[in-house]
Amino acid sequence: MTNVQHSNPILDAASIAKSFGPVRALTDARLRVSAGEIVALLGANGAGKSTFVKILTGALSPDYGRVLIRGKPANVGSPAKARASGLIPVYQEPSLIPDLSVFENLRLSGTSVEPFLEFVTKLGIEDIRLEDEITSLPLATLRILDLGRALASNPQVLLLDELTAALPTDLVENVLKVVREQADAGCGVIYISHRFSEISLLCDRASVLRDGQTVGELVIKPGVEEHVVELMLGAKIDLYQREGLSSALPNSSTPRLSIKSLSAEPKLEDVSFNLYSGEVLGVVALEGQGQDELFEILSGFRRQTSGAIELNGNLVSFAHPADAIAKGLMFVPGDRADALLAERSVHENIALPFSAAGSSWGPLKRRFENERVKHAIEKLQIDTRAQGEVRRLSGGNQQKVTIARWLAKGVETLLLLDPTRGIDVRTKRQIYRLVRELATQGAAVLFYTSELGEIPLACDRTIVIFNGRVVDIIDAKDATEQVLMRAAYGLERQGTEA
Amino acid sequence: MKDTPTVQASVRLGRYLRDNPVIPLIAFLLLLIVALEIMKPGMIMPIRVGRNGIFSTFWIGNLIKFAIPLAMLAACQVLTMLTSGIDLSAGVVATVAAFVCATASPLVGVGPSILIALSAGALVGLVNGIGSGIIRVHPLIMTLGTGLIATGCLQVYQRFVISTGTEIPGFLLWLGTGRTLGMPNGLFLFIPFAIGILGLMRYSGFGRLLFALGSNEHAARLSGVRSWQVLVALYVLSSIIASLAGLLYLGMIRTPSLSLANPLLLPSVAAAVIGGTSIFGGRGSFGGAIVGALILRVIDTLLTLLQMPQGARIMIFGLIILAVTAMYVRITGQR
Repeated sequence: MTNVQHSNPILDAASIAKSFGPVRALTDARLRVSAGEIVALLGANGAGKSTFVKILTGALSPDYGRVLIRGKPANVGSPAKARASGLIPVYQEPSLIPDLSVFENLRLSGTSVEPFLEFVTKLGIEDIRLEDEITSLPLATLRILDLGRALASNPQVLLLDELTAALPTDLVENVLKVVREQADAGCGVIYISHRFSEISLLCDRASVLRDGQTVGELVIKPGVEEHVVELMLGAKIDLYQREGLSSALPNSSTPRLSIKSLSAEPKLEDVSFNLYSGEVLGVVALEGQGQDELFEILSGFRRQTSGAIELNGNLVSFAHPADAIAKGLMFVPGDRADALLAERSVHENIALPFSAAGSSWGPLKRRFENERVKHAIEKLQIDTRAQGEVRRLSGGNQQKVTIARWLAKGVETLLLLDPTRGIDVRTKRQIYRLVRELATQGAAVLFYTSELGEIPLACDRTIVIFNGRVVDIIDAKDATEQVLMRAAYGLERQGTEA
Repeated sequence: MKDTPTVQASVRLGRYLRDNPVIPLIAFLLLLIVALEIMKPGMIMPIRVGRNGIFSTFWIGNLIKFAIPLAMLAACQVLTMLTSGIDLSAGVVATVAAFVCATASPLVGVGPSILIALSAGALVGLVNGIGSGIIRVHPLIMTLGTGLIATGCLQVYQRFVISTGTEIPGFLLWLGTGRTLGMPNGLFLFIPFAIGILGLMRYSGFGRLLFALGSNEHAARLSGVRSWQVLVALYVLSSIIASLAGLLYLGMIRTPSLSLANPLLLPSVAAAVIGGTSIFGGRGSFGGAIVGALILRVIDTLLTLLQMPQGARIMIFGLIILAVTAMYVRITGQR
């Protein structure tokens, strides 16, 4: 029961296959995790990663293959059984029940309080009160609580799915440290992330999925990124190539959008900037600095408490997203689930805005729609094999649908709130390229991203928001991650005359 | 390699049925009719007892005749359920329209009385729409409330018109009780109506918005849909449909009363649900609801034939609805 078991992996999944009707999501996926090991599970958009995760956690049963935990078949097929056999998942969306308090959530999952508090403190949340209701806590805190709960329930294998997406940087550091400690204590960790920086910092090995198949298992060492990307994509690409050439800032004197001293409860204090047609303007901010409020105001979801928005020099205000759309301002929210009709077809999702106005409630204009929808699908290279229901598409393809909708409608000012969150490198690059192309054609794009490395790839300039105010405007060619990071924390720029 | 053929086939069958939810329902309907024929030979296939015709057009005509008002009220439920709403005032609205039409026609004539009846119904719908679309009261509560209010108003109204007597327009009698080629004349109203509803759901912008609101209202709003406009229009439309059903039912039953169409309300919800419409919104089919209405009528006949006491009939009716819905969910894998 000791030596033999020790050399065996904790988790051993082999020859996993799963099909959904004609779509074969997985053909031959495998994964081995030994005690004390952190394995990155990587794969491009549509490679079958989500399906693999669902099978490992018991949300789906495989058509073929087996999952062993400590040599015993983990009764995959039910999340509760997977949990009981020691595999604890932590997802991007915290699985805490919103209307209950922290304590009640712990009781529900049978987690003991002491270790939970210990882990949460170690993760960097010190002011947590057990009687706080989940709804009253910010998202970043909830992610930490969810992780703390998982750690406190003595996992054999931890599965962390995009855990650090949109977490503020200081918390990310703590999370990585604690996860490492946990692994050193003998736990196996499956780590899913699109951030190479974290993977090379944290993980021991990487397992790469492509087209439903595990195509490689690599040991993480400096310079392995290129190799991983190559495996993921099946062809060599330059990871850090700038998309297109910087379009020279147009000399038009009136900006497309001029924001003047905009403020809104609770975070937005005083934001002013100009967005010109033909440019992609980045927005950099740590979590909760007012960027959410800014995008909600510009897209017509809420009103500002003070300040003004000028569009082509004219004062505008939006009482409803329909007003913003009528003026050409179109919004892609950070959470895909907010933007999609999950059970409707790709076509219907893209064509939805065509029917929005009361004047278009009559018969559908099939030919007109088909032409535009088809164009948008081709432009974004959406994989339409599972187009009957958007929820059957991979995450990256779903994200493309949210953008294709506005492409089909015809966009003048595109408001993107973290459009590349949780999607793979190839899709990210397609989105940068598309954004650049739209700008070249005269559109104006506002591009918030939680990944600083994207700014020089997609944007011309970037504003940095800190504490609800614009603290800096940085040219894309100077926007290294260090510069942006300092600015995002409200620090002065080094080497400037100031 | 590992695609077990049986799994594949059952998945494919499930998906096919899911895309064509009416097929298992029609199969079930036929099964019930066969059961009926076995219990009472000659009822449906008179040739076996020596009468002419292969199928009894009389019996089938009768089945269709009584299913029509039910199917029309089920249309109210399908349309509102698409947006994750419901119209519990539909039965009362049908009654109001019928009663107002019957009492007003001696006073103002047939044409105007029908107009008044439809407007009275539409008024209830407008209140429903404002309540659920603008004030955002849950449609279940809103339509329950307006249904009760409308019942009360009808009783007050009755006191004023008690002396005028009632008259049922001849046109409605023709529509409700007449037959052409053995089939009920109600089909002259119902067939264009059904085509209209099916077209509305599948080929109109309004129909698309109903599905969109039920699937994800936030996404619809983001796409520029002003949901209150859609909901107000929807509940007015639903009430107008209910009023039309009430007028037809008046011609069928021929005696206006203060609770004429009320007993049809819950069966109309059942018909919609059996027909594959999700009460959570975003999924539904009127074709399914039509078959659902037919199934309910056949079950009703079946239970009458068994000569069960009323209580047992209602119990079995409820059980069958639950069973059909559960079976349906199993087969098509949807809720």
